Amino acid sequence: MTVSRAHGLLASLALAGIAACSSGAAGDVAGASAGAHRGQGGTLSAVRARGAVKCGITQGAGFATADDSGRWRGFDVDFCRALAVAIFGDTSKVQLVPFTQQQRFSGLQSGEVDLLVNGSSVTSSRALERNFHFGPVYFYDGQGFLTPKSSKVARAAQLDGATVCVQQGTTTELNLADFARKNGISFKPVVMEDLRGAVGALASGRCDAISQDGAGLATTRTMLRNPNEYVILPDRISKEPIAPVLRFGDDQWLEVVNWVFRAPVEAEEFGISRATVARAAQSSDPSVRRFLGLEPGVTDGFGLNARWTYNVIAAIGNYGEIFDRNLGPKTPLGMERGLNKLWSDGGLMYSPPFR
Amino acid sequence: MRWTPRVVGQALALGVVAAALWWLGRNTQTNLEQRGLSLGFDFLRNPANFDIGDTSGIPFRPENSFARAILVGLVNTARVAAAGCALSIVFGFMLGILRLSSNVALRGVVRSAVELMRNTPLLLLLLLLAATLHGMPSPQNALQPLPGVFISDRGLALPLFDRPRLVGFNFVGGVVLSPEFAALLGALVMHHAAHISEIVRGAILGVSRTQTDAAIALGLSRAQTFRFVVIPQALRAMVPLLATACVSLTKNSSLAVAIGFPDVVSVLNTTANQTGHSVETMLIMIAVYLTLSLGVAALMNRYNARLLRAGG
Repeated sequence: MTVSRAHGLLASLALAGIAACSSGAAGDVAGASAGAHRGQGGTLSAVRARGAVKCGITQGAGFATADDSGRWRGFDVDFCRALAVAIFGDTSKVQLVPFTQQQRFSGLQSGEVDLLVNGSSVTSSRALERNFHFGPVYFYDGQGFLTPKSSKVARAAQLDGATVCVQQGTTTELNLADFARKNGISFKPVVMEDLRGAVGALASGRCDAISQDGAGLATTRTMLRNPNEYVILPDRISKEPIAPVLRFGDDQWLEVVNWVFRAPVEAEEFGISRATVARAAQSSDPSVRRFLGLEPGVTDGFGLNARWTYNVIAAIGNYGEIFDRNLGPKTPLGMERGLNKLWSDGGLMYSPPFR
Repeated sequence: MRWTPRVVGQALALGVVAAALWWLGRNTQTNLEQRGLSLGFDFLRNPANFDIGDTSGIPFRPENSFARAILVGLVNTARVAAAGCALSIVFGFMLGILRLSSNVALRGVVRSAVELMRNTPLLLLLLLLAATLHGMPSPQNALQPLPGVFISDRGLALPLFDRPRLVGFNFVGGVVLSPEFAALLGALVMHHAAHISEIVRGAILGVSRTQTDAAIALGLSRAQTFRFVVIPQALRAMVPLLATACVSLTKNSSLAVAIGFPDVVSVLNTTANQTGHSVETMLIMIAVYLTLSLGVAALMNRYNARLLRAGG
């Protein structure tokens, strides 16, 4: 089965799905219209009935990779597991469905997954034209360039006339063309369906640079044989706020996702970590007690276990822990927090209050 | 019309097909409505906002429309398909005839080559060729076999109107055949020429032995026999199969996406991604390949009809 065939097959299945479905995946959608007056689209009950959250991911070092024992790990995976903990109290009650960048939206639209946690950026056209909802931004990123040090390029604007490899299925091609137009330069894009193709082309010298999101560049750099011979240019040519993506029409599910994604940030703001959550539960601070579900009426809506926040922090940790474990300086990706620091440290991470 | 059981059966079958189509159509419509999607091709007029690396010489800029981008992709596909088809037939003929050679060694070599190319998955061949061409020297160290001709990992730069010269990262001027185009064309030609050589061999062997005997008895040389007796008869058996081979080559050219050649599928994928109109782009893709395949088949059928007429 070839790459393109497999993709074509999936696309035609999606098409056939739209044509032929009158039950199954479309059931969620049918439920959406039935329960629309209460804003309950039925995704949460479908998840409960199935006994697992179906989370669409995209493979990438640090974000979603299978380890030696075949267990999925990574930044995105941890957020998927946080949902499983909040709903079922169990990190394993999650089905991770890998999508390419290309397949992800049709996969979500056809009901194959309950949400995407795969590095998709929030954009107006995806919300207004394509009818997707976005949960909270859990990662701030921007598109940049990775080049060989030997090309002696310091800034992106010096790449005039360069051949730039990009992976298909993202807004990368658009950002690249915009950047070139704005700066009056030109690029020759080589559009690869598969990231490995782009990496191979950079390594062999076919391309002068790879352009993708900053996080992607850090991942890509680790895939090269001599990562130290390559440099990530300082320019960020786009804003890429990464958030979970949901189908329209299910307010209840949106709110569950919203608050589960905020909990690790709120925990970090309180200074509560995996190690200290048990002690924090003894705290007399009313806001901490409310956050950990020790006061009624704060975290116990939609039939969730009132102590789900406690369980999530105990099982997954706070935002800083999730970041450091998967992406931080001690990992092969070696990423700095940057914009992803807490607002109180000069970053953009900020959780609305749990009260 | 009499209502014989056969007529009733066919009417029923027609009814079932019509009902199935109606059911699929209605479901498509309801499901699209439920998902808040509407079909429409207006987006084709919007600016594409992406660039295409290899445009077959058609001027294209990101501010041009999606329709123009798709046209560029289509021309890229057509360019590969036309060149691929022509070269496959030429090499296929050569290989097919060489396999019938009386020289045992030559026959053996050709046979192994054909079997190797025919039984290697096309995608593998494609990736292998692409990797090989990417391994060429950098533009700074480009090979220059003839003045003005440069071979590098950026492709083959040939002089046309003006001489290509290296400016910064890439060659400017002349005409540049990208390594992706070359790899795609090479892989398609290798795979399909091997396939066509078998068609040619089969068709030639299918011409009755008595025809050759009779021609030689009439005093024709071996070459003349081949040229005037065997080939004209073999062609009739060959042409419909060659048409099929060309159609499948055209369809296989969509493997371009695997190596980054901007064919029509690649451009349509980007379009679907950027606009979200995946159903419409799928429909365009279906229409494109149907038109290309039927077009190739129609051309070959006309040629075949002419052959048959000429043969009396």
